[in-house]
Amino acid sequence: MSRTITIDHVTRIEGHAKIEIHLNDQGKVASTQFHVTQFRGFEKFVEGRPYYEMPAITARICGICPVSHLLASVKACDAIMAVTIPEAGRLLRELLHCAQFVQSHALSFFHLSAPDLLLGFDSDPKLRNVVGLIEKHPEAARDGIALRKFGQQAIERLAGERIHPSWTVPGGVNKPLSAENRDFILSGLPLARSIIRRTLKTFKAMLDGFPAESESFGNMPTMHAGLTDFDNRLQIYDGIVRFRDAEGQSVATIARPVEYSRYIGEASMPDSYLKAPYFKPLGYPDGAYRVGPLARLNVAETCGTPEADLELIEYRQRLGRMVHSSFFYHYARLIEALYASERMEDLLHMPELLDTHVRAEASVNAREGVGIVEAPRGVLIHHYKVDDRGAMQWANLIVATGHHNLAMNRSIQQVAERFVDGNALKEGAVNRVSAVVRAYDPCLSCSTHAFGRVPMQLRLLSPEGRLLQEVTAG
Amino acid sequence: MNNKISIRIDGELIPATPGASLLETALAHGKFIPSLCHMKGLSSVGACRLCLVEVAGVNRLLPACTTPVQDGMSVTTQSDKLRRYRKITLELLFAERNHVCAVCVSNSHCDLQSLAQRLGVTSVRYPYTFPKVPVDLTHKKFALDQNRCILCTRCVRVCAEVEGAHVWAVSSRGVGSRLVCELNRAWADSRY
Repeated sequence: MSRTITIDHVTRIEGHAKIEIHLNDQGKVASTQFHVTQFRGFEKFVEGRPYYEMPAITARICGICPVSHLLASVKACDAIMAVTIPEAGRLLRELLHCAQFVQSHALSFFHLSAPDLLLGFDSDPKLRNVVGLIEKHPEAARDGIALRKFGQQAIERLAGERIHPSWTVPGGVNKPLSAENRDFILSGLPLARSIIRRTLKTFKAMLDGFPAESESFGNMPTMHAGLTDFDNRLQIYDGIVRFRDAEGQSVATIARPVEYSRYIGEASMPDSYLKAPYFKPLGYPDGAYRVGPLARLNVAETCGTPEADLELIEYRQRLGRMVHSSFFYHYARLIEALYASERMEDLLHMPELLDTHVRAEASVNAREGVGIVEAPRGVLIHHYKVDDRGAMQWANLIVATGHHNLAMNRSIQQVAERFVDGNALKEGAVNRVSAVVRAYDPCLSCSTHAFGRVPMQLRLLSPEGRLLQEVTAG
Repeated sequence: MNNKISIRIDGELIPATPGASLLETALAHGKFIPSLCHMKGLSSVGACRLCLVEVAGVNRLLPACTTPVQDGMSVTTQSDKLRRYRKITLELLFAERNHVCAVCVSNSHCDLQSLAQRLGVTSVRYPYTFPKVPVDLTHKKFALDQNRCILCTRCVRVCAEVEGAHVWAVSSRGVGSRLVCELNRAWADSRY
């Protein structure tokens, strides 16, 4: 007989999702299915709009990382205009992106995942949230808020607004950076850096406390994809998309963004609004790959900044060259936050950053444009086709969370098999299934602000498909 | 010769010039009457219906922009009824086309938006019609976005009365009305 247990707190994912766990005759997990239940429709309703409105429209996909959509969009528009943007414009865009990485990674780690990590997966669900974190670990909560504040304030100083700024435009940015704002951002860096260092130290000390989670949180060999430069250093704003197989061999590179579809195919799944991209040469579903912090550190040889590189060496000493457990997304995320803060400092000290020529002017010179950036959650692709006048004819957006669709499904299955007992659904098991999704830091709606109730549903089904138990967290 | 007349606006005695409109007279004396289609220097057409006022002795509402002042006229510009009607009118304008402020190039410098804020329109009670209307991007410097058009015809009148070019007009009727360039050509094909 079905019943519903409601866990009355926010589940700390961005968007709406439902997970189904199918049981066999022995009450063991037979299969799982991850459903994303929202439909957005951006690709369709932008048709007919002028291409230069695309950054503003697509930024509204997300309230957490609008900067990623803005940057992928303006890069696609640069390609339509067929311009090379001024150097200062390029550096400022990268600086904005680094600030975005710091704030988004801080949100994911401290606000969404730290309650599991610091309070425990089996701790009281009433307290396993950011409020509980403030009570039990006020210093960590303060650090999380301060780090996110630094990133958000840097975005505001650069772009004028924290959320959905109109500063990034096709051809560059619309206003140069003042020396005063540069100095303001620089003045916040030491505190941000010390918070990240402190958090990395704490996290590394805790690693041995999660043997089961490290082992079974999406611990599977898959391919990994991420942006690097020609020297194989980590890149987040611009670079080559590189695919490595599970053993670490480089198997494909996408040097020209417009060629992404040679390697990335998109499958539709019957029970989800989220498309499932796959690596074309291996086909669907064998071509599953991962993106985001874990994948980026697997794909790049080095970060290219001194402190992050030292951390990367230690990370690989602990976990190996190719890290396959999605539990370590958290670890990789912290190293990337360190990289972003170091890269910000490098950029802020470049004299050309304050150059006042920040925008190239042009109209439509190409009928098609693709922009690729690394969103904090992974590779983000915007692909536009326009008519001669610049009216949008077609759009394709591949968001980071989409790349993870297949990997998240497999991870859910692995965690469910390890922790879910078919005879009764325990809260700790529910939370671990949720937590493995959280490790990927998915942005399912890609629009929600960290406010309100975000429901997540788990359904336990018998072999005949009968609903045995339903748990709603939200 | 004294060519001034007197009217009362919201009880206040105000001198007025014969032939002037109620709206001009009220605005000249610092009274607020909302309007979207009125523009100083252009003829008045009474298109937006936001300047409707109550005139004593007349049993229907009159648009202030096309109603000439008359000696002894007593006008009410603010009442619960007018406020209700004005909000309804604004909501219908929003429901009729695709007004998406967040991504609109006129966001924060838009008469429709600021009037809605001033009159307290916080939601639209009517179902949006989501019409599929064209965007003309053929001109090198300008774009015509029918999604945001409220048919105020300011552009039609500026083009005819100030510029003398008569490029713009409104075709069709009612909810199907559309702004057209030179008998429905692409903007790029206009001599202007």
